[in-house]
Order: sequence, then structure tokens, then C-alpha cells
Amino acid sequence: MLARLVMSGIFAGALAGCVGGILQLYFVQPLLLSAELYESGQIVHFGKSGSTANIAPGIVWGGFNTTRDTLSILFSIAIYCGYGLLLVAAQGLAQGIAPTTTSATIRRGAIWGLAGFFAFHFAPSIGLAPELPGNASAALETRQIWWFATALATALALWLCAFGGRSWHSALGIALILASHIIGAPHSHNFHGTAPPELAALFATRSLGVGCIAWLILGTTSHYFYHRLA
Amino acid sequence: MSAKSLTQSQTRAHARAPARTPSQLLAYIAVIFLGFSILAVAGHAQSPSLHGAAHDTRHATGFPCH
Repeated sequence: MLARLVMSGIFAGALAGCVGGILQLYFVQPLLLSAELYESGQIVHFGKSGSTANIAPGIVWGGFNTTRDTLSILFSIAIYCGYGLLLVAAQGLAQGIAPTTTSATIRRGAIWGLAGFFAFHFAPSIGLAPELPGNASAALETRQIWWFATALATALALWLCAFGGRSWHSALGIALILASHIIGAPHSHNFHGTAPPELAALFATRSLGVGCIAWLILGTTSHYFYHRLA
Repeated sequence: MSAKSLTQSQTRAHARAPARTPSQLLAYIAVIFLGFSILAVAGHAQSPSLHGAAHDTRHATGFPCH
């Protein structure tokens, strides 16, 4: 059973991470590279006249940075493999609570993927928006603690709502989702980000969009592999 | 499926839930531990070389990076 869980998680994670990594290079990376120009001071946008819009429409394949971009795809695969393992473990545990008699369906897999996206990408982003290099932010350790706490609380909350079986379980789940946002994410006391807000907004939205697609792929494929390898 | 029939099917599901053996539970714990370890190393560890290599993906995936 261990091999089944690990293999389905890794296979699905490799697929989702690969697609997510390529989408990231096309949609997110140009914004990140532009932000680094502002961070290093090569371009400055503060001032009366503003700055020239400096966003590449998409990555230029001739400009593919072999080491940097390959590492980005590899780490995207690693991160989604980690998520994939968590997702198949959750599906296996759920199978013990509410066994599904039918085989895997795309719809059920997509729901698992969306739940993972909600817990590990969307909910933490409500407090800590995906950040461009040069953004103002609080101490790293406190943000990491808040990030993990929020992701875990949201995952547990979704589990309670889906499999709790009693209405107070759902109420507790909703309270858990709200708790970390009522406590609030740690933020900097000053705004001194170097990148233009237009760039930061686009970056946050695209990060969430690419994450949603990758999680949908992770959910459907992990669900498929988990049942296929049974 | 209506809410009522969903509840009924969930009740039936509870009734036929298989018992978990200790080795199965250990397998789940191991997989969850492995998953979080990968996330911690690839997404959050602050060793300079790891941070440099994972930098762009950490930003794009919404992890706190700097």
C-alpha cells in the first residue's frame, strides 16, 4: 500500500509540476524578471512621470535561461510531488471513511485538486499575497509559520466539512478557516516595495491562476493513479 | 443527488468503513511525513543554495521567500 500511495503521489506530482512549471515560465516569470529590474534599481518607477511599462508579453523561448528555468521546473515538480503525496494520503484516509464504490472520475479528482488549491495556495494568499521580489514584508519566519498554520487549518477544515457527518463539524470547519484570517497574517509596518503595484497585482493573479490549473491536474491524475494502482 | 440521499449514503459508508491496521496507518503517516518534508525542503528551507535554486518557483507558488 505504501508503494501505491508513493507512486501515485509522485507520478501525479511530476505531471502537475511539469505543466505548472511551464505555465509559470510563460505567464509568471516575465513579471518576476521585470520586478527584479526594479528591485536592483536598474529601473525606478517612483516619480512624477512614472516609468515605462516593462512587461514582456510572455517568455521569449530564445531567452530561455537554461540553468535558472530548468531549476524552476524541477522545483515545481518537487513541490507538486510533495503536494501529491499529501493528496493521495488524504484520498486513502477518506476511502476508509466514505468508500467510493465507483472507479475514479475526473469530477471527483477535480474536487480533490480544488480542495488542495484552496488549502495550500488560495487561503494563504488571502493573508500573504504571492509576493514579487522587492515587496515589503514582515520577518520571514513569522510568515512561514502563518503560512503553514493557515494551510493546515484550512485542510483540516475542509476535511471536517466533507467527512465530518454532523453539522457542528462543518461549523467548526468554517470557524477554523476564518480563524487564521481573523488572527491575521504578519505584515510589514511600512509599504516600501520597489515594483509597481500594476506588476504586483498581475503577478498575484497569475500565480493563483497557474496554481489552480496545476492543482486541478494534480487532483485528477492523483485520483486516477490511486485507483488505477489499486 | 439530494442532501437527504447524500446523508443516507454517507451513513451507509460509515457502516461499512473498513478497519485500519497499524501498518496501514503507519504507511499514511510515512507518506504525509514525506510530503511535508519535500514541501519544507523545496519550498521553505533557507539554505542559500536551495533558496537560489528554488527562488522563482517559491515566488510563483505563493510561498514566503525572502
